[in-house]
Amino acid sequence: MDSKNSNDWLFEITPTNKFFSLNFKEIWQYRDLLMLFVKRDIITVYKQTVLGPLWYLIQPLFTSITFTIIFNNVAGIKTGSIPPFLFNLAGIMVWNYFTACLNGTSDTFKSNAGIFGKVYFPRIITPLSIVISNLVKFGIQFCIFVVFYIFFFCQGADLSLNISVLFFPVLIIFMGILGLGLGMIISSMVTKYRDLNNLVGFGVQLLMYISAVMYPMELIKEKLPKFGWIVQYNPLAYVIETSRYMLLNIGNISILGLVYTMVVTLIVFFVGLLVFNRTEKSFIDTV
Amino acid sequence: MKDIILKAENISKQYRLGEVGTGTLSHDLNRWWHKIRGKENPYLKIGEVNDRSKKGTSDYVWALQDISFEVQRGEVLGIIGKNGAGKSTLLKILSKVTAPTTGSIKSRGRIASLLEVGTGFNGEMTGRENIFLNGAILGMTKKEITSKLDEIIEFSGCERYIDTPVKRYSSGMTVRLAFAVAAFLEPEILVVDEVLAVGDAEFQKKAIGKMQDISKGEGRTVLFVSHNMAAVRSLCTRGVVLEYGKVIFEGNIEEAVNRYFDDEKQFAYKEWDKESSPKTNFLRLLNAKVLNEKEELELNHSITNSVAIQFTYEILEEGNTFTHGFNLFNNENVHIFSSHDKDSLTLVKPLSKGVYSKKIIIPGNLLAEGTYTCSFAIMRYNPFVVEFHEMDIVGFNVIDKFGGDTARGNYNGNFPGIVRPILNWK
Repeated sequence: MDSKNSNDWLFEITPTNKFFSLNFKEIWQYRDLLMLFVKRDIITVYKQTVLGPLWYLIQPLFTSITFTIIFNNVAGIKTGSIPPFLFNLAGIMVWNYFTACLNGTSDTFKSNAGIFGKVYFPRIITPLSIVISNLVKFGIQFCIFVVFYIFFFCQGADLSLNISVLFFPVLIIFMGILGLGLGMIISSMVTKYRDLNNLVGFGVQLLMYISAVMYPMELIKEKLPKFGWIVQYNPLAYVIETSRYMLLNIGNISILGLVYTMVVTLIVFFVGLLVFNRTEKSFIDTV
Repeated sequence: MKDIILKAENISKQYRLGEVGTGTLSHDLNRWWHKIRGKENPYLKIGEVNDRSKKGTSDYVWALQDISFEVQRGEVLGIIGKNGAGKSTLLKILSKVTAPTTGSIKSRGRIASLLEVGTGFNGEMTGRENIFLNGAILGMTKKEITSKLDEIIEFSGCERYIDTPVKRYSSGMTVRLAFAVAAFLEPEILVVDEVLAVGDAEFQKKAIGKMQDISKGEGRTVLFVSHNMAAVRSLCTRGVVLEYGKVIFEGNIEEAVNRYFDDEKQFAYKEWDKESSPKTNFLRLLNAKVLNEKEELELNHSITNSVAIQFTYEILEEGNTFTHGFNLFNNENVHIFSSHDKDSLTLVKPLSKGVYSKKIIIPGNLLAEGTYTCSFAIMRYNPFVVEFHEMDIVGFNVIDKFGGDTARGNYNGNFPGIVRPILNWK
């Protein structure tokens, strides 16, 4: 054996990954794949449909209309000077981004078992592509929000922007990271225990009710002082409340709450990375 | 000096049998409990050899056990073995799809795997879009693909359909396109599994040609798994034979291919009982033997020696005229020759009840080195009727040697051809 270069192996395949090893160089090498996955996710949705990308708008609009009728007109939730439709649209938009990230990534291993079983590329590319393609989708939805914002403004609604709206993109990225982190944890566990799949399905639905999507956070503290803390300690509720604060200038947020949200997000994300990293090497045997 | 590009050291892979269900959690907890106390994984010990036909006692099996081999740069290594021998598992580990349970693989080059063509093809997207997607999945950058796009399209021969969604393609076209993408990959090590099993003859030829270019012209290393022994032999320079998860042979590809066929067809003697014997209403085959020049049962014959095959049968009913037929096949199922016992006395004078033998002799210096199997037939003339034709009756190996009395002489390289007669050169 050639002794002079016996140690210059390019890489080594071993039974398990190191405790924490995220190969950024490798992810960078596969950046084109990431972009192609994003492109695939976006264009395949509206191939062979008549309405095409309009489908991205129809769902939040109809949900907002339904919420406005049920929660504001029937149940009588007050949204102050803000038109209830706009209030709901803002919440649903952000919430949808989170659930799309979570649902998409939590299925990573199972739904991609076919590809993963045949060829190697950094597995993290797949959940990343889901988060990014949903971000594009969110962008489209955000445009429709702006259209309605201007519409209501012209109608004479009392709307004002908060200067913190400049940080809205940061907030959305944190929402994406939270969805990604949670999704990665779930996707890793789903490979062995399919039970979680069922949990995610209705869990997300229930989660919406404690995430202040269709009501201001104030309201829950007022009406249910005993259980208000559930909503208060829910980072998702915080993100949604904050985004409404930024976009519509209602509600109030505390810096402490935001810091708490970010810390939780980062913890979830790193735990997610860790679990994902441990799973990706041999999940194909159990999935 | 050897230039080793890939080195596998004691790779083992354990799988759990049965359903992954309620038992999993308890095993996981137990494993974890051992781990935090610093003990060994309790389930690693109890695996047993992976013989699918035998019932085992443990829920864990070793799909691969202590596999070690080295691959040199520019070599085309064939990995062969029967179903369940562990080939696919090995390739999965090599292509990083799954991790080995123990052991490690070290590599000096990028590995790209082609475990199945068309991985990640999306039916909704056009051929062109899929070339990019599939190329990227296999590890190419957009720039690389763009620069080779025309070549890829041309090689696939799907030019006309390139802007049509792939779901409208025929399966052959999908494979062509997929193989075309893969063929233009430029990793140092290419792992290929059974891709050649699809596509028409013309495309297969093209694919094999491309593989040869890749390995010979461009000096890339290829690990090739296939059941197509002709393809393996024409492509590979060296072979690894797997059986029940273990390497049973590593070396020259010809020998490796023979080892692959060995235990299936390696029988110099066969006999039948009343129920199973090949028969017709007046005759029943009793046994068949492969004999050497000393009339002894022998499986392995030197290339210079003649090989005799003797069939023994019983006449059940008198008054029938018939004759015997014999066919010889090599281990790639190529029909080497056919022989009729056209001057047999049995064509003229029916045999009385009793046991008879018939022997044919294949002369030395006729067959090439390899493993052969024979078939035997009983026929009638006028009108021509085949009473029975029994395949794979007995088999034998012809082993080459050097020397003046062989066709090879003292040449020690690869000696091709399905027969190896000594001819007169004048």
